[in-house]
Order: sequence, then C-alpha cells, then structure tokens
Amino acid sequence: MRRAALAFLLVLLLGSAARAERLIVSVSNHRVTVTPNYSGEELVLFGSVEKDTTTPADRTTYDLVVTVMGPRADMVTRRKERTFGIWINTDYRQFLQVPSYLALFANRPFETITSPEIARRQQIGLNNVLLTQRVSGDFADVVPNDAFRSAFIRLRTQRGLYREDGSAVTFLTPTLFRTGIPLPAEVPIGTYEVEIKLFANGAFIAKTETAFEIVKVGFEQFVATTARQNGLLYGLVTAAMALMTGWMASIVFRKD
Amino acid sequence: MQLYLPIADLPVNVFLVLAMGAAVGFVSGMFGIGGGFLMTPLLIFIGITPAVAVASVTSHIAASSFSGALSYWRRRAIDPALASVLLCGGVTGTALGVWTFTQLRALGQLDLMIALSYVVLLGTVGSLMFSEGLRALMRTRRGALPPRRSHNWIHGLPLKMRFKRSKIYLSVIPVVVVGIMIGFIGAIMGIGGGFILVPIMIYLLRVPTSTVIGTSMVLTLVTMLFATMLHAVTNHLVDAVLALILMVGGVTGAQFGVRAGQKIRGEQLRLLLGLLILSVGIRFAIELVIRPEDLFTIRELGVSG
Repeated sequence: MRRAALAFLLVLLLGSAARAERLIVSVSNHRVTVTPNYSGEELVLFGSVEKDTTTPADRTTYDLVVTVMGPRADMVTRRKERTFGIWINTDYRQFLQVPSYLALFANRPFETITSPEIARRQQIGLNNVLLTQRVSGDFADVVPNDAFRSAFIRLRTQRGLYREDGSAVTFLTPTLFRTGIPLPAEVPIGTYEVEIKLFANGAFIAKTETAFEIVKVGFEQFVATTARQNGLLYGLVTAAMALMTGWMASIVFRKD
Repeated sequence: MQLYLPIADLPVNVFLVLAMGAAVGFVSGMFGIGGGFLMTPLLIFIGITPAVAVASVTSHIAASSFSGALSYWRRRAIDPALASVLLCGGVTGTALGVWTFTQLRALGQLDLMIALSYVVLLGTVGSLMFSEGLRALMRTRRGALPPRRSHNWIHGLPLKMRFKRSKIYLSVIPVVVVGIMIGFIGAIMGIGGGFILVPIMIYLLRVPTSTVIGTSMVLTLVTMLFATMLHAVTNHLVDAVLALILMVGGVTGAQFGVRAGQKIRGEQLRLLLGLLILSVGIRFAIELVIRPEDLFTIRELGVSG
C-alpha cells in the first residue's frame, strides 16, 4: 500500500518535471482608469520563459499565444430578411456569457503553432474560442463557419473589440517576449483575464494567467454609480438641471 | 475636445455634440417642436446606443422647451387653461405609452415598430403639412383671401369650455384625447410630439397660431420631464453629461430659433417644417426598404459581474 502510494507520488513528480518551463509575466498597468479624456490605450504585456535543469537541451524555440478576455455578457445577434418589401429582423441567436472584449495574440500564425486538435482544445485562434450559443433550448458552440457566429465575430472585430494577430508577440531573446494589448475607446468596464500559453514543437507545455481591470474614476464613476443606485435622485437632478439650463438661457438671451 | 460619457461609455467630441444640440435647438425654437425626432437619429448616428440616446434626449427636449416656453410666456403666447386640459390627457397618455413600450419590448420587434411608426407618422404629417403650406403660399401669391374658418364636427361636442387667451370656445373632450394621443406616441417613439400636436391644434381644434406653439411647448415640457424621470428610475440610461452638453447647445439654438420663427410667415414656416419632417420620414423608409449593408446586428444584454 505504502509502496503504491510512493510510486504514485513519483509519477506525479516526474509528470510535473516534464513541464520544465515556467512562465513569468506582467502587464504594464494592472488598473486602467477611464478619465474624461480617455480615448483608447495600449497596455504592454511582457514576460519570460524560465527554464530549469530538466528542460530538454534541444528545446530552444517557443511559441506563445496570449488570450485577453474582457468581462462576460449575454449578447444577441439578429439577422435581417426581406419580408413584404422591407428588411426586418427575423432570426436571432443568443450568445451566452461571451467575452465583451477578446484578443488573441501569437508570435506566428495560429495554424502553424500547433495541430488543429490541440488548437481546438486550447482555444487557439478566434475560430476555436468557445462562444456558447442557445440553440433552441440547447447550450452549445457551433461550427466556426456558422453564419451567426462568423457575423458576430466580424461585427465585434469591426468595433475593435475582438481581434487576433499572429504577429503581435515578439521574442526579444529566445526566452524574453512582449506584446501590446490595444484597448479601443469604447472599452467595456470590468476585469480582464489574460491567459498565456506556451508551445514548443506543436506541444502545449505551460500556461499562466494574469489580470488587469478597467475602472471609471472620479466624476465618471460618481455619475455612473449614482445613476444605477439612486435612480430617482439622479432623475430629479437631471430634470432640475434641464429646468435650470432652460431658465438661465432665457435670462441670458432676454432681449427686453 | 474629447469627453468620456459616463453612461453611454464612449468618448465624444464636445463641440460636435454642442453643434448638434444648437442646430436641433434652432429648429425646435423656430417651429415650436421638441426636436426629438431629429436629435435621437443624430445621436445614434455618432455611435450612441438607441436606448441611451432616447433616454438622454428627453431631458434635452425638456430644457429646450422650458426656455422656449418661458419666452412665449413673456409674450403672453401661452394659453394656461388650454395647456392644463391638454396636460391631463398628456400625462395619462405617457403612462399608457410606457406600459405599451414595455409590452412591445417583451415581444421583440420594438425597433421595427419604432421605424414603421416614424415612417407612417412622419410621412403623413410631413406631406400634409408640405402640401398645405404650398397651397397657402400659392393663395397669397395670387392675392386671394384665405378660406373662412369653418366649424367642423369637433365643435359640436358637449362639455364646452371657453379658452380666453386663445379666444376659442371648445369642448374639452377632443383636447384631452389629443393630449392622451401625443403622450402615448411620445413615450413609444421617444419624441416630444410637438410636430404632430401643432398641426392638430391648428387644423382640428382651430387654435389660433398666436398661442399654438407656446401652449404645445408646455405639454412637451411636462411630458418630457415625466419621461426623463421614468427612464432614470427604470432603465438607468439617462446620460446626464451628454444631456447637459445637448441642453447648453439646444437652449442657445432655441433662442435664435424663436426669433427667426417670428420673422418668417406662417405658411412658409409650415412648408419648411413639412419638408423637414417628410425628409426624416423618407430617411427611415429608405432604411427599411434598401438592403442593409450588414444583415446582422449585435445587441448586448447587459454586462454581468
């Protein structure tokens, strides 16, 4: 019994030893503040691949995939069709808890990094990221070329909220890397998860995570929270503001 | 100069929004309309979501019509009795409209309903006004006298009341009904309703042009204040910063609009307004008929967590 446990422990140790690389990463700013003059920003993620004695000597080149995911939300994609001569929304799909911001970066094109099988399992590339849909009561992701799914990704990409770039990650030395994370002007507020996955010769070998948050500060924060928590007061103040502005204007512009 | 809007979650150019507010304010002061049917599409065009646009515009219209109403009040161009009777209907109509709005949203296809009602309403009102204005203009060109004001079936209704300032003797029933209708339409379409109210008051109720604009502004003011409160309490979608920029631009524009409106003759004014309303209606119609550039649209159902 004890011997079996010992053997099990040994296997476990060997197993972890096989993953000899460790990833150390950091983002340039863990707290992005949205101020009145905010109009988009770029964060920088940098890190290094730490080897230890068990790392195979022949392993020198690495591939890296960085996934940035914004706060999750439910979204609906609608399709217009021509009915009675006018274009109206006829069909729709609901996407459940999908990232409001999604960016995938790699040091070379996604399909060259690893096999399609591993790419699917590790969600490498926009085509492989899991986007759960509600399809007539069922919850599932569909094939990448599904009309609703590709339209969804296309529209989000147009707004700069979804992106993939197979050349954004640069290796400064064989083990030191950096990548920029562009944040558009209409960036969703919330916590962003960053996943960094390391590949070597097509095999997935290590993974680490970090995060940053985007927050409103000062006046923006104050207005947004008041609107949400004290709707009545906020409405009263806005209505009073409207009356004040109207009254002041009529005094300022009074001719007689 | 860029400014970040706290509720719309989006940076905008302050001067652009200010100019939009001023332009719409000028038009609203000139014709005595709220201008919501112009402002809301403009805001959507610069990237603000329809929900936030509609909710924020209500407070902008309130400010604009308040400053307008004040200057009309000083010129004694408001009929207080007529305004209060209209308001009885208007408040009821707004509450009814908001309730219907919620029901329609639950059924889906609210956007289509809004677009269709814009086309039907703006198309009808716009072309009626335009053709009437054109005819009136031709008449004055030829030097003919305007047709004598004839009494219609509305003047045969009971519960008559004397509206002193407007110098009319009219049943309260059609006035309340008109108020309900305007409040209802306004709540559903996110507009003040002045552009429908003014012609109805002129052609159907025979309210003289001297008091019609000021009185309609009072109704717009109260229903829009009510709508602002309702949007703030239920949906939390009123962007006060956006509203303030629009207001400042709007009230400034409205002051000049009021003066410009008094220099232009009535029939020309109606012709212009008719043309403007018609073009917005046609714009919506085109959007419905022409194959959209993108058949797909995305709507966020709110961020959780």
